[in-house]
Amino acid sequence: MRYFLRRLGHAFLMLIGVSLLSFFFTTLAPGNYLDEMRLDPQIAPETLAALRAQYQLDQPLPVRYVSWLNSLIHGKMGFSFAYNSPVAPLLMVRARNTLLLTIIATLFAWGLALPLGVWSAEHLGRLPDRLLSWGTAVGLVLPDLALALGLLLLAVKTGWLPPGGMVSVDFESFSLLHKLGDLLQHMILPVAALVLSSLPLLVRHVRAAVADVLGAPFLVAAKGHGIPKRRLLYHYALRAAANPLISLFGFSVGTLLSGSLLVEVVMSWPGLGPFLLEAILARDLYVVIGGVLLSTLFLLGGNFLADVFLYWADPRIRKENGAG
Amino acid sequence: MQPLLNVENLVKRYDGKRLVALQDELSALDGVSFSLFPATTLAVVGESGSGKSTLALCLACLEPPTAGCIWLEGKNLVALGEAERRKVRPQIQLIFQDPANSLNPRWNVLEILTEPLRLQGKFNSEGIERRASCLLEQVGLSMHIATRSPAELSGGQRQRLAIARALAPGPKLLILDEALSALDCSVQAQIANLLMELQTSLGMTYLFITHDLAMGVHIADEIAVMHQGRIVELGPAEKIVTSPHHEMTRQLLAATPSIAQATRLAREP
Amino acid sequence: MGLEMTALLAVQDLHVSYRSRGGIAFQALTGVSFQLMPGEILGVLGESGSGKSTLAASLLRLLPEHGQITKGSVLFEGKDILQAGSVELQGIRGSRISLIFQEPSLALHPTMRAGEQVRQVLAAHESLPKRVLKEKTRQVLATVFPEEEGRISHSYPHQLSGGQRQRVLIAQSIACGPSLIIADEPTASLDPTTQMEILGVFQSLREKLDLAMIFITHNPALLAGFADRVLVLYGGRIVEVGAAATVLASPQHPYTKALFRSVPRPLERPRNGEKVKLPAIPGDSLPSSLPSEGCPFEPRCADRMDLCRKREPELIRIGGTQAVSCFKFES
Repeated sequence: MRYFLRRLGHAFLMLIGVSLLSFFFTTLAPGNYLDEMRLDPQIAPETLAALRAQYQLDQPLPVRYVSWLNSLIHGKMGFSFAYNSPVAPLLMVRARNTLLLTIIATLFAWGLALPLGVWSAEHLGRLPDRLLSWGTAVGLVLPDLALALGLLLLAVKTGWLPPGGMVSVDFESFSLLHKLGDLLQHMILPVAALVLSSLPLLVRHVRAAVADVLGAPFLVAAKGHGIPKRRLLYHYALRAAANPLISLFGFSVGTLLSGSLLVEVVMSWPGLGPFLLEAILARDLYVVIGGVLLSTLFLLGGNFLADVFLYWADPRIRKENGAG
Repeated sequence: MQPLLNVENLVKRYDGKRLVALQDELSALDGVSFSLFPATTLAVVGESGSGKSTLALCLACLEPPTAGCIWLEGKNLVALGEAERRKVRPQIQLIFQDPANSLNPRWNVLEILTEPLRLQGKFNSEGIERRASCLLEQVGLSMHIATRSPAELSGGQRQRLAIARALAPGPKLLILDEALSALDCSVQAQIANLLMELQTSLGMTYLFITHDLAMGVHIADEIAVMHQGRIVELGPAEKIVTSPHHEMTRQLLAATPSIAQATRLAREP
Repeated sequence: MGLEMTALLAVQDLHVSYRSRGGIAFQALTGVSFQLMPGEILGVLGESGSGKSTLAASLLRLLPEHGQITKGSVLFEGKDILQAGSVELQGIRGSRISLIFQEPSLALHPTMRAGEQVRQVLAAHESLPKRVLKEKTRQVLATVFPEEEGRISHSYPHQLSGGQRQRVLIAQSIACGPSLIIADEPTASLDPTTQMEILGVFQSLREKLDLAMIFITHNPALLAGFADRVLVLYGGRIVEVGAAATVLASPQHPYTKALFRSVPRPLERPRNGEKVKLPAIPGDSLPSSLPSEGCPFEPRCADRMDLCRKREPELIRIGGTQAVSCFKFES
């Protein structure tokens, strides 16, 4: 238990650090939302001054940080200039959409990477393994953007799949089942893009980790005990190879998340990606900070999940940490 | 004659926070004292967990003892400063069970052997080469194998190489931690003979740590039987065999499968 | 012969070779033949490079990928293991013939509880309801840990001592009631007292379960009072075989003799404190130092003759049970 508390403590400190850095960097960047207004001759300087005061842009940085923290505690995460509303509710809707995409992509990516990697390791150096290695090599050099655009092009040309968005225009009029189907249909393209972009790396790591343990004496011993091959590969080998893969899992959540920001922009998925991009361009300060913070939170969540898995998978780690 | 090494009431305690991997091998020392005279061999015999490997690490200055003194020719190694200790350290060399782990697999025999000579800075490159070939000869190897990697050597050759490397800095004391245990019987005999020869020709002093009482008795002048971090019996090798006092010694003797007993047993079915 | 009718295991003319990267084959076993009766303990004595571990692995076809059985047959309970299909083989492994590997700390899965590792073996060979499986696992573990079965069952390998790990391996190997256990240096990494303890476990199991056993070791002293017969391997060939009592008491092959002499005898040490050298065998048994022709032991042999370099001696029967492959005994 102490192990997890310590990990949570680390994560909390990390969040504070990220919030500080992102706050100062975004505020120190030249220009702000009001600068654009200033160019508009129709807005009176008094109005601008009033807005500056309202948004506390006339206050020194530490004061603004503290008052932002205060609003964070009250669940508002500051104020969006562009939407004229607290940031938190705006972010949450988008975050939900992004999480939906990332979680499903993570599940699919690992669900494919594990059997493919094990299969490849089992046939190490033989034709199937070499073909797969070629495939993953191609996948690795292909830029994510090209992959996403290629898939989009495919969807547009064939018309099989909706080329963007999260739901159809007349979504609200559908029955529940129809709604679900519509959502799934819209998800196929972005999920495919995400899975395909992360799969090659995962397959290679699974292959390497499993191949590493396949020659281990305890596996030969298990084979000598007549343990069936499937059990040998998935129960014995994968379990022994779990540690590096679990660490990779935490990392893969991060890459999938950042990948999804890009894919969302390309495929106009209403998640954090397009929202943050828009906010950055408009210098909508608190939205950017909130987005960065939220992404960090997701990343830390992924790593924490990996820690939990690791703790569960390897008794030696439990021992090392005194088991609470 | 003055003892080369004098260990007084050596204590080593480990608190709970040891790395897992080491927990099996390292156990505490609880007041160990003995003297070792030049050109003699003391065999430290005991089971795993008796503290014999911890003793080796403490004597080789690889683990700081919790209390006690280690006198090497009148200098207390425990009290020495880091700079002083670094000067004394080459005089005590440690040889492990499996030299494959302590020899750099990417280097060839010559590189392994010349590295400690280079570190000394006493020789020029020609002198180093000459000294290396001399060392190889001393341990019964020839320059033929100079370009081989450790993986290309047999277990016996590797252990000979490890001895040669340990001899390079001109040590006074060799600590052999289960140095023969991983070898085949016939090779064990070869290396044991080599150690005896080096003792005669170079006046080498050995601390021979082993769980093999038979080999310990064969090679050593004195035997120290360790149990739970203490020396429970210490005496001349032949006495330990013929009249053991401590229960642990008797247990070890009983568990030592000897070929002599084996043939006797076999004769009376 | 009547002997062959009842043999549990009959190995005939076994040849095994390893391919190295350069494609050059290295002959690890050459023409090994022997038989094992039900309930018999055969001690296989050999040093590194003798092919003893290769023998253990090839009997169950567990050789590494670059190893290949090139010739011979392994008849077990009347079936040739070398011809068996993969399903049949899987059914024999761990069920009829069990293998105990050298290093107990490496032969157990590092992140699986001891109890589960035993249960997996049972589950691999018998489809039993969960409850029965659990009970059977408990019983099997209890035969080697009469007192602390429960605690051991829930422990991970790193929480066990070397002797306990070895007992878990033994539990795995006897779980399905095999008729043959092949143990490859099962006590080499253990303390002497633990070593004796494990030998005792083997001894009692043999009496209880009527097991035949192939006990592979480099230490001749372990075999006394334990093995029924002894087979000595050198350079992949059988150099001497016979009843344990005869071979251990009066070895005939120059290698066996020299090997026994090179083991220290603490009781025979002179009382005056003088140290004597051991009669060591010169050279080593590395594959690269074996001669390409003639008797494999010839370069290290004290009794070598001209003939020894020219051709290989065959196994010659001397006396009732003993056989030696040396020209000294050819008449």
